[in-house]
Amino acid sequence: MTDYDQARWSREDDPVYESLLAEKRSTTVEVEGGPLPDDLTRESVTLPDPAEPELARHYTRLSEMNYGVESGPYPLGSCTMKYNPAFSEDVAADPNGLVHPDRPDDTIQGILELAYGLQRDLARIGGMDAVTLQPPAGAAGEFTGISIAQAYHEARGEDRSEVIVPASAHGTNFASAVMAGYDVVELPSADDGRLDLDALEAAVGDETAALMLTNPNTLGLFEREVTAAADLVHDAGGLLYYDGANLNALLGRARPGDMGFDVMHYNVHKTFGTPHGGGGPGAGPVGVVDDLAPYLPTPHVRETESGTYETYEPERSIGKVHGFAGNWLVLVKTYAYVARLGEEGLRDASAKAVLNANYLAEQIDFEVPYRPFHHEFAATAGDRDAADVAKRMLDYGVHPPTTKWPELVPEAMLTEPTEIESRETLDDLARAFNAAAADSDEELEAAPTRTAARRIDQASAARNPRLSWQALDDE
Amino acid sequence: MTGSPYAPHTEAETRAMLDAVGVDDEEALFDIPDAVAFDGDLDIPARDERAVREEMAATLERNDDVVEFLGRGHHDHYVPAAVEDLAGRSEFLTSYTQYQPEVTQGFLQALFEYQSMLVELTGLSVANCSMYDAATALGEAALLADRVRDADGDRVLVPEHLQSGRRATLERYVAGADLAVEAYPMDDGCADLDALESAVGEDVVMIYAENPTVRGVIEERPAAVGDLAHDADALFCLGSDPVALALLREPAAVGADVVVGEADALGLPVSYGTGLGLFACREAYLRQIPGRLVGASTDAADRRAFTLTLQTREQHIRKERATSNICTNQAWVALRTAMHVAALGPDGLVELAERCVREAAGLAERLDAVSGIEAPVHDRHHFREFVLGSDRPAPALADDLLAEGFAVHAIDEHRLQACVTETNADRVEDLVAAVEVVA
Repeated sequence: MTDYDQARWSREDDPVYESLLAEKRSTTVEVEGGPLPDDLTRESVTLPDPAEPELARHYTRLSEMNYGVESGPYPLGSCTMKYNPAFSEDVAADPNGLVHPDRPDDTIQGILELAYGLQRDLARIGGMDAVTLQPPAGAAGEFTGISIAQAYHEARGEDRSEVIVPASAHGTNFASAVMAGYDVVELPSADDGRLDLDALEAAVGDETAALMLTNPNTLGLFEREVTAAADLVHDAGGLLYYDGANLNALLGRARPGDMGFDVMHYNVHKTFGTPHGGGGPGAGPVGVVDDLAPYLPTPHVRETESGTYETYEPERSIGKVHGFAGNWLVLVKTYAYVARLGEEGLRDASAKAVLNANYLAEQIDFEVPYRPFHHEFAATAGDRDAADVAKRMLDYGVHPPTTKWPELVPEAMLTEPTEIESRETLDDLARAFNAAAADSDEELEAAPTRTAARRIDQASAARNPRLSWQALDDE
Repeated sequence: MTGSPYAPHTEAETRAMLDAVGVDDEEALFDIPDAVAFDGDLDIPARDERAVREEMAATLERNDDVVEFLGRGHHDHYVPAAVEDLAGRSEFLTSYTQYQPEVTQGFLQALFEYQSMLVELTGLSVANCSMYDAATALGEAALLADRVRDADGDRVLVPEHLQSGRRATLERYVAGADLAVEAYPMDDGCADLDALESAVGEDVVMIYAENPTVRGVIEERPAAVGDLAHDADALFCLGSDPVALALLREPAAVGADVVVGEADALGLPVSYGTGLGLFACREAYLRQIPGRLVGASTDAADRRAFTLTLQTREQHIRKERATSNICTNQAWVALRTAMHVAALGPDGLVELAERCVREAAGLAERLDAVSGIEAPVHDRHHFREFVLGSDRPAPALADDLLAEGFAVHAIDEHRLQACVTETNADRVEDLVAAVEVVA
């Protein structure tokens, strides 16, 4: 087992870890005598004022008190924490690509060619006819896709009020549908953890705008009845939405478009190896079938007859979901990843991701109630508290899985090792699971002890919110 | 090349793992019905790393080499090398959202510091740790206003001069809540207070103003806009950015309830619109704020530690009753912006802001001296950018300037807009010379 201690900076006489920038050196500058009359300006501004060596040391220490994919295994279920290829950062930083979004099309043919190429590649991967790159995250993709479905129904003179979402879906599905103005109809799972076709049949009707599905679902199970579900929804005049969070399981083996989905989003920061950046930026391109293409956000990129590229507003566009063209820098990295792997690499990524999940599940002492899973599995901590098990795993030098979700599995530990881990690392991960399983409740509750901070009091953080250094000063 | 270059398995390891699982090959692990299995060709060839880099570099070289005097919601400031270097540390870049705070203290502290910087710059007491961009932050602000306002209402008032993407995104965001977006007129580049007063009514949930406006105009009476909003029990939302905020009156001091904006003016170079949505508000709306919040707490060693907090507002817990659907946000850009603010320090930041005023005024004066050009069109103070009038049709003039290697905005038939910061100030002479030729 890995012997691990995270870096921790602290001083005996001060009950903090690394001091805040503002605590190290802060300066107040009077704003006066400048180019503007006083009544338009503030009086002063107080901000941290580190010299560059201090700045470098501050953030280097903070980085040492952080854990990334390059630190060790990161099997967060549903998050697909892959290695982020180093070269894609260089490509995104190419000065030739750092242009303003209001430049005329004929001066940014390079940007538009990359955008067009990525639209095309993503469409092929998803079995879709057209793809917009504008949504800046997966949830933004959901909102975009549901808005497209809404505009499609409205154009046909239909006012539908409901979106159907399985209980096991990502929380964003519910929130995105509500944001678009829909009522959510929650669908209970069948006993085998999959979609309940009878329940779906009962729920579908004239009010159904769309069914949102993740496939494989959040238990890693393939929805075998997906085409029957598609028929039910389509027969009622509804559309089928694919949540792309779990696409890493299917690359080159199955495509949402072939399963009957009409609209989908891709999480490029999951499936296509762009960095998660501590919570973003990601990107959530949306693919659609031909019938929905006129509703895509503006601007969209197309190739002209003369082989150049141009932006245009689709005929019935839903408008915009981002001020400009989305998280472009992330999209450049996506292009690089897809080009590097190609079809064979993408297929292999899925194969190894599914193999890794299955191998890891065989090695751990926790039960996995729902099978056959693909790229991720939901183990149960049984009579242990999954959150405590996770905290203890931190002490064994690995990042723990997603805990207590999906709710279908009691004390769930949703585990997704991805294709990047070797057998040896998976064995290490398994030892961390198993060591935590063997530890006493007291040891679990006392964990973690080897991370930068010990167990953090969540309740008091929420009861007494202190959200800035100014709030700390007020105490 | 036969597989993913980022999967470390040797053939022998793969075989051993398959044996451990008890299957003959990887295909046996997939439970995909034949009817939906894909057996076609994706037609995406794999390339080695060098080939991809060369291909993409060659493609990006097809962008013309143009000196940009462009702004309107996406601005260029010099990003110090230290920011690039430190933000690129893989412990930051390759980490996920801080669901395990004990092992991600570093990022949490950096985001807490980012929130604190925005609290200082806006004067408001709460800032979240990012939205996607200014446009989506504005959309979220309108939805917040709709949630917190006591009385029913369905109108959101925005300035007539507004970046088109910002307006379109706002309209898309509020469509589901049945809110209508209406423009109020401008008076020589600032909010037309008389017109605004007659537009305001009980059914207005939010008034939005910008300082500076999309045309670079410094709003002269933002507090009066705020008063009109509050008289109607509407929220006052103000748009700005961290550079302008270092110089202009704090939004809280002019009555702003919410501040949104493009915080990536610091931290990111121009990047075809990649953004960072600033979102700050009064404490009263804390439980209704969209997005992630980092708070201070203590750990089992009785030391101060940081954690994501008030998560019961968020989609992964509250589902259809969440304050927003946002999950993945712009955390890494927020990290960069905080680093950039710290690298500048208050002196450097105020100096940069003052330079944005001086450079714009200087360029306007130079262009005004050119025959056939009037600059600035609005008789106001400006920040970074300004509108100029031209005797010649503006689109044709912009095209001719482009042929000379300079990009400016043509905003209507006889008006252009130019933006100048420290990154293109050394090309002002050349721009003026080019305008003299083509005006």
